[in-house]
Amino acid sequence: MIPRHVAVQSRRDRIKGVIVHNPYLPYPVRIDEITVETEDKSLKTFKFVFLNPGDEDNFAYRAGQFAELSIAGLGEIPIGIASSPTEKGFVKFTVFKTGKVTSYLHAMKEGDVMGVRGPMGNSYPWDLLEGKNVVIIGGGFAFTTLRSSIVHMLHPDNRSKFKDIHVIYGARSPGMLLYKDELMAWAERDDIHMHITVDGTDDPDWKYHKGFVPAITEQEAPPGTADTYAIVCGPPIMIKFTQPVLDKLGYGHDQIIMSLENRMKCGIGICGHCNIGKELVCKDGPVFTLEELNKTPKEY
Amino acid sequence: MKVIQIDKSELEAGLGKLEKAFRLIGPVKEKGYHLFKTLDSGQKPDLDYMNTRLSARSILYPQSEVMFEFSLDKADEQYAILREPEKDSQPRAVIGIRPCDADAYAVVRRNFDTPEYKDPYWLKNFEATTLVGLACSTPCPTCFCTSAVSGPFSDKNLDIMLVDNGDHYLARIATEKGEKLAADAGWQRPAEGAENRIEDLKLAAEAKIQSEISTDNLANQSLNDLYEAEAAIWEPEAFACINCGTCTHACPTCWCFDVQDETYGKSGFRMRNWDSCMYPLFSLHASGHNPRGTKTARVRQRFMHKLKYYVDKFEQGIQCTGCGRCVRLCPVNIDIRRICNKMNSYDPETCSCAVTS
Repeated sequence: MIPRHVAVQSRRDRIKGVIVHNPYLPYPVRIDEITVETEDKSLKTFKFVFLNPGDEDNFAYRAGQFAELSIAGLGEIPIGIASSPTEKGFVKFTVFKTGKVTSYLHAMKEGDVMGVRGPMGNSYPWDLLEGKNVVIIGGGFAFTTLRSSIVHMLHPDNRSKFKDIHVIYGARSPGMLLYKDELMAWAERDDIHMHITVDGTDDPDWKYHKGFVPAITEQEAPPGTADTYAIVCGPPIMIKFTQPVLDKLGYGHDQIIMSLENRMKCGIGICGHCNIGKELVCKDGPVFTLEELNKTPKEY
Repeated sequence: MKVIQIDKSELEAGLGKLEKAFRLIGPVKEKGYHLFKTLDSGQKPDLDYMNTRLSARSILYPQSEVMFEFSLDKADEQYAILREPEKDSQPRAVIGIRPCDADAYAVVRRNFDTPEYKDPYWLKNFEATTLVGLACSTPCPTCFCTSAVSGPFSDKNLDIMLVDNGDHYLARIATEKGEKLAADAGWQRPAEGAENRIEDLKLAAEAKIQSEISTDNLANQSLNDLYEAEAAIWEPEAFACINCGTCTHACPTCWCFDVQDETYGKSGFRMRNWDSCMYPLFSLHASGHNPRGTKTARVRQRFMHKLKYYVDKFEQGIQCTGCGRCVRLCPVNIDIRRICNKMNSYDPETCSCAVTS
């Protein structure tokens, strides 16, 4: 974990004379901007700014971490951080409308006040990925922390730390792709290999791939060498059919990195909800290698 | 460690003196069962008891607790911003807690007090509490503390341990907190040669424990092998389970909680409530997917957590102090002692357990 410096009086407390903060207390934030991401309006990106000075620094995060979004009177939901640590002044989350809190959130307006608690979890293994080829494979709306990772890696301060970057990202249709403008802009760059795909489209001007993510992975992903790592996020069915492809391409199970979701409450390894075996998805994860997951019960 | 003698006739006067500095909590009989309650002024704890029906968990970790409060009045400057409520930080003393329940605090502390995160609610309650335990001279038939991480005279997590010795208690003072409480109560009379007497009573009490579990092989077992032992362990053990959650609510070492917001007009509270891995909702995703969608998976979770995941994660033994409450209260006679012995003796080669009782 990144140590957090306690700055705000209300978060201070003393246990055995030592000042600690209450890890259950969200930072108050204001919704600065809401973007509808997909044509079916089921996904919206919320850009938050912190109300209290200092909280943004306390929220220092790494790509792949998540946070609890808190709405007073409704509860909290664990959501991956979609903005990148290189983007300052705000933090972004893309949220699929599915349950009680997310439905309420989708009805909230710019200017409304709510809470963000985090960052949580272990992030993608950035130290390990330095000097390596990185292959990002995503499907559907599981592209949020992958966007964070791409923006992080493409930042001028960071790009030289990585070798080739490949991105294979698919959705059902062009209108269901997240962050479409950014995807198109990345596709024009020469320092990242974008392989955008959709299951199908009748758009005659569609100039990217058509086909499922596993098939495009087989065509486009580089072979699994010792210094190539794949980060895979997507629906279970995509992961199921992508793994054999990566096996065939020669990726070791310690080179396949995945991010899990489970029902969570506290987000800090205490409430007991999200365990898979002895690992807690919220604190020991959410990022695991396939090799690590092979050692745990499949309770996710 | 110092041992003093407290005549039973002077216990009450001492407790009376403690009322000034401590909120006193003790076992009280209500509707046929003992439970821990804050004592009224002058009220005596009932120390003539076997054990409370529910554990002492709720003293440090209430079944339902306010974490934060907030205003839902849009005119309020602090609208929708969570703040911590005032909490009772007064020192309190638990008189007559059994060693198994005190040892359970050490077990759950590993969850609430980690290098990365401190649970402020549990820890503040823990720090404000002095534990005056009562050694068990007459254990229950379902007790197996001596082979779990406790014992009838275990005082490793007590500030003072009282030992019933006829017309008086021998009180072994183990900590500074205990010293202070004894001084405040005016309990000062040294008991010469009492250590030998306590040791004799301890051995006699341990000899009365009728059941034991074997845990020596749990750490060596493969986690996935035990998880996959459906036919030998989980299917037959879960067969009768009705997922009522009684075991998890009675248990002193269960720590899982749910977080829920409650609103009353224009004010609201973020609450935490004990939760139970026996309930399907515990692991249900918003999508409808449930990673532990069957009762067998949930029964397995409870026992794997206590007897394997905890063992592997903390390397401090099992997550069970042998209080026997879940054994006594389970409506369908699921017995953690039997399951533990099965897990300990499971052979993945033959998919069978050498010990099945």
